[in-house]
Amino acid sequence: MDLFNNLIFGFGVALSLQNLFYCFVGVLVGTLIGVLPGIGPLGTIAILLPITYNVSPVAAMIMLAGIYYGAQYGGSTTAILVNLPGETSAVVTCIDGYQMAQQGRAGPALAIAAIGSFFAGTVGTLLIALFGPPLADIALKFGAPEYFSLMLMGLVAAAVLAQGDMVKSIAMVVMGLLLGIVGTDVNTGTQRFSFGIFELTDGIGFIVVAVGVFAVGEIISNLAETHERRVLSAKVSSLFPSLQDMKQSWAPIVRGTALGCFFGVLPGTGPAIASFSSYMLEKKLAKDPDRFGKGAIEGVAGPEAANNADAQCKFIPMLTLGLPASGVMALMLGALTIQGIQPGPQVMTQRPELFWGLIASMWIGNLLLVVLNLPLIGLWVKLLQVPYRLLFPAIMAFSAIGIFSVNNSSFEIHLTALFGVLGLIWMRLGFPLAPMLLGFVLGPMMEEYLRRAMLMSGGDPTVFITRPISAAFIVATILILVVMVAPAVRKRREAFTD
Amino acid sequence: MNLEFLERKDFWSGVMLIAVGGGALFIARNYQFGSSLRMGPGYFPVILSAALVMFGVFFAVRGLRAGAERLQESWSVRALIIVPLALVVFGLLIDRAGFIPAMLALIIISAAASTQFKLIEVLLFSVFLTAMCVVVFVWALGLPYELITGIW
Repeated sequence: MDLFNNLIFGFGVALSLQNLFYCFVGVLVGTLIGVLPGIGPLGTIAILLPITYNVSPVAAMIMLAGIYYGAQYGGSTTAILVNLPGETSAVVTCIDGYQMAQQGRAGPALAIAAIGSFFAGTVGTLLIALFGPPLADIALKFGAPEYFSLMLMGLVAAAVLAQGDMVKSIAMVVMGLLLGIVGTDVNTGTQRFSFGIFELTDGIGFIVVAVGVFAVGEIISNLAETHERRVLSAKVSSLFPSLQDMKQSWAPIVRGTALGCFFGVLPGTGPAIASFSSYMLEKKLAKDPDRFGKGAIEGVAGPEAANNADAQCKFIPMLTLGLPASGVMALMLGALTIQGIQPGPQVMTQRPELFWGLIASMWIGNLLLVVLNLPLIGLWVKLLQVPYRLLFPAIMAFSAIGIFSVNNSSFEIHLTALFGVLGLIWMRLGFPLAPMLLGFVLGPMMEEYLRRAMLMSGGDPTVFITRPISAAFIVATILILVVMVAPAVRKRREAFTD
Repeated sequence: MNLEFLERKDFWSGVMLIAVGGGALFIARNYQFGSSLRMGPGYFPVILSAALVMFGVFFAVRGLRAGAERLQESWSVRALIIVPLALVVFGLLIDRAGFIPAMLALIIISAAASTQFKLIEVLLFSVFLTAMCVVVFVWALGLPYELITGIW
């Protein structure tokens, strides 16, 4: 069978000594930053991107992916042990996980979180392997109009489904598209928005924007909040969940995985939405909902499975269509481009080792996380005691080195400082940042596809609705907009955000 | 006159978008617009900046209405000035003075952005971190930086 041959091929790639090493480094760094509040996977991946220049594309992607799902893991560890969600996706885990820890059941809570995540990761990996190739086959038939409509749908969906003000999200997508245009126009050689600055003729560096907004801007924002971090650690005695725990947990894990996979392929929905929905579902289905909030193991098992399944499935649109469904995926797409690989459906046929190696590595990475994390819990808790006043100068140092190593350009360092300030202003005005990054990555591509589609059709804009696949994307885009603007949904959505 | 709208998030969101969109529109007026059939270099930028201005007007109007959400108070002016300054100094020093002075300056200056700044601790930490970065990035990963310009 093709699937098995492909997976075996993938494991062959992922199990090479070099790739295994990068997978290990990735999940370790990921867990580390997942544990530490104040630095997330977006900032870390942005900072570490330049370092991946010198390694092969496969190893680079494996490491960056490891950081991403490792962070989900680390976030839940601290959520359970110290009631501190390292990542937003772990907020829900705090509710019952910390209660379990208080009752002396930190071990089973951690173990169930790990088992649930591993199960979800396995299912997610299989889904990518199953649905990746047929999706890519369809996408290979896409022409310029289809790509333009697909990207439009992706951007609108990402903006609309993201948490926060919908109009602000869409405005940020436009802002990102505009920033993406800076530099030399490929068709005419015209300089656009480069202000006569030589360094801008190649456009604004992707890493400059990402590090500026997500690392530097985040630091400035964090420094405005002066709450002290207290660490009261619960003791971890027995790790193993009882038979009763397993009986209570398996169904929530399966349901959480399904929810996570569903939300995973939707653009714009972060893992927080998946885990939150799973928690609500389990609470509804439970015979005695009163236990929730007082240490119900289902409240840990379901959401943990959901957020990991979500993280895994976000790779499907990115790998098969070249469409980033979240900020992290936009970074991954940027990493591919930097490596000289044109993202899209052809990646699977032209670089099978990249696609299948990455998928296999995700399963291996999930296994590594289970094996690694449980014994290392004590170390992670110790790390929480590193004060932020020392942590953030270190993040600044790594950011600066990372950016400077790209082009040895001090201009880009200064531009990063500017984007840090912009990032803070946007955050404080309530503009979400991830949609901006999506727009920034897709901007130049969208312009090019629009131009080609127009040339193809002789300047007739109906080309987008006369070709069936493109029309389907446009209809979907309109549907998403209509549904979200409808008053009833809007009200519920606002309640949800609170 | 009631100037309360100056404290509202939406009002300033509108101002920001109009400023960026308007500025971009002003610059892009010189780019050839072309036609739908043959889009010139100005086509996409003009459409996008015009959209930004429209969004800006939307927010500005929404911000003028009473009861709109107010700006959050949590701004740290100290961090807002010092953190970018640390990067600027790093950028200036790395070409002129070398990797070690630039790193030390970056770490010490950015640490001063925190209200919990402790001089001795930060000095020790900056030396430790710079040494670590020299070992990892310059020696192990082989990034081609002069450690101190003119000496190494």
